Amino acid sequence: MRAVTDTNSRPAVLAEGLRKSYGNAPALVGLDLLVAQGTVHGLLGPNGAGKTTAVRILSTLLRPDGGRAEVLGLDVVRSANALRARIGLAGQYAAVDERLTGLENLVMFGRLYRLPVRRARARAEELLERFDLSDAAGKVVGAYSGGMRRRLDLAASLVIAPRMLFLDEPTTGLDPRSRLAMWEVIGDLVRDGTTVLLTTQYLEEADQLADRISVIDGGRVIAEGTADDLKARVGGHRLDLVIARGGDLAAAAEVLRAAGTGLVDVDHAGWRLSVPVPGARVLAEVIRGLDAADVEIVDVALHRPSLDDVFLTLTGRRAEEEPAGQPGDDATTRDLVTT
Amino acid sequence: MTTGTGTVAPGAGGSVDLTPLAGRGSLTWGLLDAWVIAQRNLRHTWRVPDMLVFSIIQPVLFVLLFVYVFGGAINVGPGLNYVDFLMPGVFVQTVIFGAMLTGLGLAEDRQRGLLDRFRSLPMSRSALLAGRTLSDLVRNLFVVLLMLAVGLAIGFRFHHTNLAKVVAGFGILLLFAYAFSWVSATIGMAVSSVEAAQSGGFIWVFPLVFASSAFAPVESMPGWLQPFAENQPVSVVVSAVRALFIGGPLAGDVIASLAWSVGIIAVFGPLSVRFYRRTVSR
Repeated sequence: MRAVTDTNSRPAVLAEGLRKSYGNAPALVGLDLLVAQGTVHGLLGPNGAGKTTAVRILSTLLRPDGGRAEVLGLDVVRSANALRARIGLAGQYAAVDERLTGLENLVMFGRLYRLPVRRARARAEELLERFDLSDAAGKVVGAYSGGMRRRLDLAASLVIAPRMLFLDEPTTGLDPRSRLAMWEVIGDLVRDGTTVLLTTQYLEEADQLADRISVIDGGRVIAEGTADDLKARVGGHRLDLVIARGGDLAAAAEVLRAAGTGLVDVDHAGWRLSVPVPGARVLAEVIRGLDAADVEIVDVALHRPSLDDVFLTLTGRRAEEEPAGQPGDDATTRDLVTT
Repeated sequence: MTTGTGTVAPGAGGSVDLTPLAGRGSLTWGLLDAWVIAQRNLRHTWRVPDMLVFSIIQPVLFVLLFVYVFGGAINVGPGLNYVDFLMPGVFVQTVIFGAMLTGLGLAEDRQRGLLDRFRSLPMSRSALLAGRTLSDLVRNLFVVLLMLAVGLAIGFRFHHTNLAKVVAGFGILLLFAYAFSWVSATIGMAVSSVEAAQSGGFIWVFPLVFASSAFAPVESMPGWLQPFAENQPVSVVVSAVRALFIGGPLAGDVIASLAWSVGIIAVFGPLSVRFYRRTVSR
């Protein structure tokens, strides 16, 4: 967990015990975060969980009340200005100027990143080309579609080709097609070596994009890992089996009992059995066992729990629901589910 | 500040060299950044001219109403045309109202989320405010020149003065407007919405502008009001500009005008920047 002096193995983001309140309402109550360079890290949580506050602190927009954070080895409070010259921020709050054209926007941001005018312009044109906005370069952004605006917003955050990119709910409010296009763009960036910290309330999005996910609720991380880790933590997979009519249900149940981690659910009328299993590895064992017991398989399926199941298990709520109360109110609930 | 060597990911970049310029003082950068912002705002004004049109129509209407409706009833003393008395006051009123748009523009930037974008950039911390006050100054200059043309058309004339004094008069006027822009910027950063900036930004200006020597002589006001009306900054500036345009005792009011303007900037400049640094879009 410790930061190493070597630049390349140093984490892109290291946050320890970040705290922030707005008046009496706590937004972060001790957030820890570690993001390795060159990875996509997802902050997953419902509205009001503290995702945006975390991103705002890490991108120097907000000062934390307590704790500390480093991005690219720079302290987000003490070295804020040096850090601003190295990071990009895009998403629901960081915006573009609706009354300027796409080109004017990017040239302006380039100049504010202190590129000379000519290079700012060349970079703007390059980015417009890359984000498929060349045709709209001379149009006022107010006339752009939602998807075009988001692409321009993302382009604006890439003016200096930052090594660290913060994306705050990059696809919120986009139609499914624009969302897919945005995912593709983000995927390209990551392939190019950019580290991305993205917040989302979409489980599918975190699953799709993120190498690792921190589940946030009530202002702190309640679970962390790869999407697979998180799903496994909820109880791994569930194996569903249907055997041929007239087959030996008792023998099949015995095989499943040996491979599974819980009670075997047997549906005698449907010749159907079901059991929780630790992972996909047991499938071979089960099939060999059934084969040895001479049970004929009609259908066998492994169901991975969705991230929605993960959230439900960790918090007792669905991710899309509004939080039960103020972030600080459910301290007891949180203690019960803390991992 | 060091350059961005090593911060460039190979593929997020392209063929353009993205090394930022370096080696300039923070004051130079502050001015350059403010100029980028001012250019942007002036583009807005040009592209969405309704704001400009309204900021012109309103003072022109004021001049015409005051001269033709109230002019006959307001006695400004023997040997003085009301329009000559009025124009310096209308100039001051116009630039103050114009300066109040500063906070509105900033509140709008916040509402549209641009404030977060700017605050995430390595630009100077005062540039967004300085750029906004600068572009509002340019707009005010433009409006004042137009007002002058309207004034001249309905009979306003400079008296007992010379070119240097007239230029000095406009200088004092615009410096005062610039100072009020910073007050407005502070309000715009302190309040939570565009609507609040709109009403909160204007309410306190009315008594200042009307309980002054801008439109009517202070002597015609009730005794309890006169000490305020005589000495408040708007009256001081109106008196200075009036003396520079149509003659009268100068030194005291000119010095007091400059002192008020510099003092207001010295207080509200740093205050507004402080608010800016702590504000985030909602």
